[in-house]
Amino acid sequence: MVGIVSYGAYVPIYRLSREAIGAMWNKGVGKGERAIANADEDSVTMGVEAVIDCLHGMDRSQVDGLYFATDSPPYIEKQAASIIRAAADLREDILTFDVAHSLRGAGSAMRAAADAVAAGSAKRVMVAASERRIPAPNSDSELQFGDGAAAFLIGDIDVAAVLEGSYHLTSEFIDTWKKPEDTYALTWEDRFVRDEAYMKMIPQAVGGLFKKLGIAPKDITKAAFYAADARTHGAIAGAIKLDPKTQVQNPMLDNVGNTGTALAPMILVAALEEAKPGDRILFATYGDGADAFLFKVTEQIEKIRDRRGIKRHVASKMMLPNYGKYVEIRELMEWESARRGARRSSLPVIWRERKMIFALYGQKCRACGNIQYPRQRICIYCQAKDNFDPIRLSDKTGKVFTFSMDQRAQEIVLPKVFTVVNLDEGGRFYSVMTDRDTTKISVGMPVEMTFRIQMGPSENLPLEGSGLYNYFWRVRPVRC
Amino acid sequence: MESLKDKVAIVGMGCTAFGEFWHMDTIDLIVEAADEAFKDAGVTAKDIQAAWVGYTVSDTAMTGIILSSALQLQFLPVTRVENACGTGAETIRGAALGLASKTYDLVLALGFEKMKDAGFGGIGQAWPGKWHPVYGAAPEVGGAVGRYALAATKYFSTYGLTPEQGKTMLAKVSVKSHYNGSRNPKAMLRNRITIEQVLNAPIIAWPLGLFDCCGICDGASAAIMCRTEDAKRYRPNGDYVTVKASAIACGPGWGKERTNYGYTVWEETEAAAKQAYEMAGIKNPRKELSLAEIHDCFSIAEVIAAESMSLCQKGHARDDIESGAWEQNGEIPVNVSGGLKAFGHPAGASGGREVYEFYKQFQGKAEDPSRQLKDLKMGLSHNQGGHPGNFVAGITIVGEPPSK
Repeated sequence: MVGIVSYGAYVPIYRLSREAIGAMWNKGVGKGERAIANADEDSVTMGVEAVIDCLHGMDRSQVDGLYFATDSPPYIEKQAASIIRAAADLREDILTFDVAHSLRGAGSAMRAAADAVAAGSAKRVMVAASERRIPAPNSDSELQFGDGAAAFLIGDIDVAAVLEGSYHLTSEFIDTWKKPEDTYALTWEDRFVRDEAYMKMIPQAVGGLFKKLGIAPKDITKAAFYAADARTHGAIAGAIKLDPKTQVQNPMLDNVGNTGTALAPMILVAALEEAKPGDRILFATYGDGADAFLFKVTEQIEKIRDRRGIKRHVASKMMLPNYGKYVEIRELMEWESARRGARRSSLPVIWRERKMIFALYGQKCRACGNIQYPRQRICIYCQAKDNFDPIRLSDKTGKVFTFSMDQRAQEIVLPKVFTVVNLDEGGRFYSVMTDRDTTKISVGMPVEMTFRIQMGPSENLPLEGSGLYNYFWRVRPVRC
Repeated sequence: MESLKDKVAIVGMGCTAFGEFWHMDTIDLIVEAADEAFKDAGVTAKDIQAAWVGYTVSDTAMTGIILSSALQLQFLPVTRVENACGTGAETIRGAALGLASKTYDLVLALGFEKMKDAGFGGIGQAWPGKWHPVYGAAPEVGGAVGRYALAATKYFSTYGLTPEQGKTMLAKVSVKSHYNGSRNPKAMLRNRITIEQVLNAPIIAWPLGLFDCCGICDGASAAIMCRTEDAKRYRPNGDYVTVKASAIACGPGWGKERTNYGYTVWEETEAAAKQAYEMAGIKNPRKELSLAEIHDCFSIAEVIAAESMSLCQKGHARDDIESGAWEQNGEIPVNVSGGLKAFGHPAGASGGREVYEFYKQFQGKAEDPSRQLKDLKMGLSHNQGGHPGNFVAGITIVGEPPSK
């Protein structure tokens, strides 16, 4: 029986209220807020968070594949899944690929993963979806879009939600599109899209699934499906003949926002968090057609409760004080040009040190037992030579030993909080603190690791970071 | 192993004013400092047999040729040295070793820095960590201050000071330095400041604010040196100084990665001081030294350096600052010149400039009579480059010649 073995999710800590957007553009808007990725986050870093959440307490070496769905990859040419694979410290001899170009990518990836497991080419496959789309300023999308990620481990042992069947529908329908040279997506009139696409394709795919499996709407415990806004979401529920009060999982459109490819998967994680053995969960993705899935929850669900998932991430938040702060972290303006030279990174260095940079491996001296980072030839404690065992530090926690807050660093969000951390299991790590409230930082404060963009290409220098997203591990106050 | 003590003498010195010299280039700085030193020693460039030149920013100069071309030295051995902010001490050390080995008889040690052609304040870059710049988060604007600020936070927390108490302690250091600098004609910053001004100044890197940071600027300093037995040839009345000790300590680094690094002691300065005190035969530096010019690139740097070189008991700098022990008439005058804080800090020039302070004081020629100290025996010059946990420290001790 193939199905979901584990789940995980990620919601960035920042929220922007619709009120703040309305105040900026001097217009009346609805209530609610959007989850906003920090300046050092993108679809890759959020994908890493969701994958690691999904693998909480599990053996990462048992994962045989990583299929990553996003419509906001950092690179048009260069696979995102390969970066996530490295940061999550999954094996190298696995199949990784990106599913892009459609909001429906997560559903496609999930079907492909289930098929791979069923066919025996893989025992366990990670399916992750992550989105950080940038809406046009003062557009309807700006009120709707949110950022987030979800991940599922698909397998046939210790299954927590059995995949009972799926139904797939593809369509040449055009609702929204974006060419490589477009800064923002283009759309057609929302009424046309609502009537001809949302209201028809998801119900059609769900209807096909019901017919295929011989079930009726009343057999569904909870439905987790995509819609661009809350009103349409309710209308789709009605079209599928679900009771909106009891059978529809809250789509989080008012507190997280429309996270695109990641939205339906995130709603599914929220449904699984509350699910009981025996529940039947409908999952439907939309975009260029629709995919519908039916899952039956097993007793195993009780064993994977210890996830941050949706609930804990949503509860842990910091409000952006105003629209200006949003402009800053999303780099929506062209800033004053820099007088200092661009900081270059070196591809041979990044390649040579990949285990230390992406998976954050340090080393433990076999002679004196001290953990050290970064890699050394001679132990910095006892001077023994070349006598170390590798040790992964990305899953370690620590306490702030000391910190400073630099107001003039080359960094989007100032101050840049330089942080020296003593790790709880030994060793010391020097990094930058992110997702922090600067009034609450103190010596001794507990912190954890988070994979971020240490230096991006988007500064006001032509070859800042050698034009790359230079990913590295930062620390943050223990999130939730 | 023989001590270098009293083997070589400084018979002439020069130092430009330090400041933002939009009208001067590297060659102007070198010529000004060297010319003053040559005249002071009563020699010309033709009398020099070898030279050591130090600077840290390579954008404005290249190799030792910058010195020979500026001064038109004709095919002499010129060695370029670079040890970050310890560069000035390194030029004197190189020159002293060349003399002590009797390879040369009269040499020039010159340090300079042209920092204000860069287009921004502060230093160009912090010294990168491994896998720069992905790990190490460097270089970044104000990298040095962010890293020294780590030590300030830890010093406060280790000794139980609230941020307000800690910042007030540091403010008093800067107020003292500006007061000293205000009376020094060659100093860059000659304004007097108040504790309130320091505390209300913009934060550069918490907990350090604008007045906790020294002035980055342009400048050069130079010394003409010979073996002690030849010194009277240049200064018949005996008003030269001899090198009592010349020490450099390169730390093993990785302090910010080592759990046994505490951020409240400059280990490299402690080691350099140990070398220097042994060489000079100093048992009680607080009593035996007449003055100390300390590397105060940031206020916290002066505090921790004074403790690390045993001028003050560890954790007790605040008592000394409160009692005025480091002021001009205090028990151990610290940075009577104004220090890097007020005199300015052109990296490669600072080590020589600090020796120049003692040299002029010893000769009774301190500019502005109100600054003149009395009964001088030995003075310490200290610099450190890099960042906490990853320093190279240089200490030069000069003093009264043995025969006197």
